[in-house]
Amino acid sequence: MPFSSLSHIQDRLNHGETTAIEVAKLYLDRITEHNKTLNAFVHIDDEHVLAQAKASDTYRAEHGARALEGLPIAIKDIFCTQHGPTRCCSKILEGFEAPYDAHVITKLKEAGAVLVGKTNMDEFAMGSSNETSAFGACHNPWDTSRIPGGSSGGSASAVAAALTPAALGTDTGGSIRQPASLTGITGLKPTYGRVSRRGIIAFASSLDQAGPMTRNVKDAAMITSVISGHDAGDATSVADAPELDWLGACDKKDMKGLRIGVPKEYFVEGMDAEVRASVENALKQCEDLGAELIDISLPNTNLAVAAYYVIAPSEASANLSRYDSVRFGHRCKNPEDLLDMYTRSRDEGFGAEVKRRILTGAFALSSGYYDAYYLKAQQVRTLISQDFKDAFEKVDVIATPTSPITAFKLGEKTDDPLTMYLSDIYTIAVNLAGLPGLSQPCGFAEGLPVGLQWIAPAWREDVLLGAAAAYEAATDWHTKVPTGFGGES
Amino acid sequence: MSWEVVIGLEVHCQINTDTKAFCGCSTAFGAEPNTQTCPVCLGMPGQLPVLNALAVDKTILTGLAIDAQINLESKFDRKNYFYPDLPKGYQISQFTIPLVEHGHIDITTKGRGDRRIGITRIHMEEDAGKSMHEGLDAVSHIDLNRSGIPLMEIVSEPDMRSSDEAIAYLKNLHQLIRFLGVSGADMEKGQFRCDANISVRRPGEPFGTRTEMKNMNSFRFIKQAIDYEVMRQIEVIEDGGKVIQESRLWDSVKNESRSMRGKEEANDYRYFPEPDLPPLRVSQERVDAIKAGMPELPHQLRERFEKEFGLSAYDADVLTQTRELSNWYEALVAAHPADPKRCANWMANELLGRLKELNKDIEHSPVSPEAFGKLMDRMGDNTISGKIAKDVLDAMIESGKDADTIIEEKGLKQVTDTGSIDAMIQEILDANQGQVEAYRGGKDKLFGFFVGQVMKASKGKANPAVVNQRLKELLKG
Amino acid sequence: MDIDVQKVAMLARIRLTDDEAAELGPQLSEILGYVDQLAAVNTDGIKPTAHPHDAAMPLRANVVTNGNQRDALQAVAPKTESGLYVVPKVIE
Repeated sequence: MPFSSLSHIQDRLNHGETTAIEVAKLYLDRITEHNKTLNAFVHIDDEHVLAQAKASDTYRAEHGARALEGLPIAIKDIFCTQHGPTRCCSKILEGFEAPYDAHVITKLKEAGAVLVGKTNMDEFAMGSSNETSAFGACHNPWDTSRIPGGSSGGSASAVAAALTPAALGTDTGGSIRQPASLTGITGLKPTYGRVSRRGIIAFASSLDQAGPMTRNVKDAAMITSVISGHDAGDATSVADAPELDWLGACDKKDMKGLRIGVPKEYFVEGMDAEVRASVENALKQCEDLGAELIDISLPNTNLAVAAYYVIAPSEASANLSRYDSVRFGHRCKNPEDLLDMYTRSRDEGFGAEVKRRILTGAFALSSGYYDAYYLKAQQVRTLISQDFKDAFEKVDVIATPTSPITAFKLGEKTDDPLTMYLSDIYTIAVNLAGLPGLSQPCGFAEGLPVGLQWIAPAWREDVLLGAAAAYEAATDWHTKVPTGFGGES
Repeated sequence: MSWEVVIGLEVHCQINTDTKAFCGCSTAFGAEPNTQTCPVCLGMPGQLPVLNALAVDKTILTGLAIDAQINLESKFDRKNYFYPDLPKGYQISQFTIPLVEHGHIDITTKGRGDRRIGITRIHMEEDAGKSMHEGLDAVSHIDLNRSGIPLMEIVSEPDMRSSDEAIAYLKNLHQLIRFLGVSGADMEKGQFRCDANISVRRPGEPFGTRTEMKNMNSFRFIKQAIDYEVMRQIEVIEDGGKVIQESRLWDSVKNESRSMRGKEEANDYRYFPEPDLPPLRVSQERVDAIKAGMPELPHQLRERFEKEFGLSAYDADVLTQTRELSNWYEALVAAHPADPKRCANWMANELLGRLKELNKDIEHSPVSPEAFGKLMDRMGDNTISGKIAKDVLDAMIESGKDADTIIEEKGLKQVTDTGSIDAMIQEILDANQGQVEAYRGGKDKLFGFFVGQVMKASKGKANPAVVNQRLKELLKG
Repeated sequence: MDIDVQKVAMLARIRLTDDEAAELGPQLSEILGYVDQLAAVNTDGIKPTAHPHDAAMPLRANVVTNGNQRDALQAVAPKTESGLYVVPKVIE
């Protein structure tokens, strides 16, 4: 059972073959056994998990099952939860306990889900390898000497090793899709504005979006259907977003009539040859399933990383100003004066990567540079969005690799921030354009998972889910499990 | 050669909503520290702003009242700086596209007569909290109840040429804002705060370097601060120096300003579009509806009072200083429609004078317009004279009783029947035979003496007109 | 590009040791050097995108929804006294 999908566990619960308590215990045991190796969880409260599971069993007995009744879901440490610490894997939030739940946490609770603890991540979601976490690196279950990707590395690692059947992540420039790709699981970044950001610690407000990380496509749809929807407490949560038949979208078994755009800019020099082969093979299978492959061009793709590394740090530099040690968070010992309190608390509290981004952003916004950096990047953002709009005139969905490379070794890129940034080259444009994107496993390169990325027009997660479900139905990549975690039999 | 003074004003005005700009916290004044705060206005992790619709409507109303353009799409930006009373480390404000642009306010001063002062823009923003230092040694205390209260920043053109014009502009703006009901505009509570940009130049030359004067919290201090700064700049230039562009803090105790340089120098606000707030769009229909609900403005009310009630310009001005005054006056006229001018005279001269002595606003007048109207009635029907009416008013204020009760209790009713008046007159004539003869011998001026004696004998209650008439008759002999 | 790292760090209120500044300087230069490729893009007449969708801001009714939560909110504060947040003296 550990490697079961969420929907499979749901079936068993619904048929009385197991209980939420049993399920919770199973995963808690696995966390106890394997978290030492993976460092996927940074906070676990067994008693609290069991209490939720017990309450869920009671609820089921008394009222019947809700949408996610008794299903364990792990939570990235970026989501504020009233119970237990919320630290965004940063020292600056040492000891912080949010006096509120994020809106999506409330929704999960209302749907009967059992929250199984906080997962590791890059500090403030700034990173692509989970190595910037204040709680230490997280490991990839496929090869524990390698990174799981980031920033939602803990969630990815936990799902891939079946320490939880599903997890929540957030995606600002690929932070759900890239780690999903590198750990062989499914990750969905919904359309910007589909899921409320309230109570999710902000990195880059115009890019951030929460989404599920799961063992298959349908599980991703199940969770998204619960956490999405308008929230009057988030002005960027879109009120008139088209409603979707989330689960129905996953019934697709073929791709007849589907026009898949294949952007030439995503298949270029520098990408791993085996990754390329896996993705091309996947595309061929799509063709076999009835899809039409159409060569398209997204001409401004090569500018996405540059635009992103102006916009995201700029927004972040302001978003992280609130960590000033006045109302919450780390304050340095014996500040000499106000300035000393600010500068030393923030020096001690933030890690190197976070400082790099704050300074990059502060510089890009500073007097004399705004037009050349920030304004220019926003104009380029318009061009990138326009590329997608033009492409979607001709195709229904776009398919690309999620990452140009597979999981790299811990420490391999930590000294070279720019190279690290470039590992998000295929995911970033989707955030800039606010589109939905999904990564699903599509093969292996030298024993490491490779991800296939689907990109759809805004609000058309149904198209993503349909294509991914059809591909999943025809392949068995999503059933592969890493060795050493009890799923080989 | 003379100097020309150039002044532009920035007014921060608290919009009087029940809740803050971006969260559901109360804005009530005077609460215990930090009891009106929530995760949003404390800038806690993950918290997001949602704008108060009423604050938008009130800013639009203000814009319409100054004949300005309402931008149907405006934007919010983040202004970044660190200060302990600024929870998020940035203030949400409107930098690039404000809600209101290109308005004006008309003023009149003795110096230059009627002038139109341009208003560049009105933008919405959030207030910061309060830092307190007094009586504390090495620390400051922060109260964030004010954090997030909605503000309008009203920025004028550099159109004023003297401190008198600046004050006239501010007073008109202050009056307008209170009339619109968009702000309490209580300067003592910091609901109406002013910064002044001041420069001097030789007439006809380009603008000189300006300084920004901050922290002036009364009209008197603003005038003092501007006059001080003008003198300072002229002295600097005449001594061969240069005015430095800087912010200066007015010290109303020492009557001088001091430079804030160094504090400001390090500031680079790094404005950028607020990603948590999409553009603010208002429909023309909404703007039209707000316009339709626009209350009568002070100048309109003034004109109407002059025309409809025949008031002097002076009385009309006095009675339209605040919405409360004009409402009170109109209620009074409704109670005593016979003589609106009498109402105006008595309200402006007698009632307001007495309230001022009691340190009370018209809203807290111990006499209601209806009760005051009854007093006017009693003068109108000759029950009491004007002189007695003043005594009755004093008694009304003191006791809270109505005019009729007081007149009855104190027996102040005017004596009008000729019988009793004739009797009084006869007594006086009998007691002053010498004067009677002198009068009859041609000393007409003695008539006043007899009137005075009779009125005195009647304790002021005799009707003066009847006394006059009967005296003339009886003196004929 | 040469960046005055300490000046930017002061804007962001982050203390940097000389060693940190020496390391960060070239890193920021490299990142911004990469970003400089944007300069070559012709963006004449292109509107900037601040929000991914062309949506308008929803507004909130002017209704008080929050009561006094001071104790709960100040439980996570580094230093308070009589309900006030305490910081080193602010010099005006």
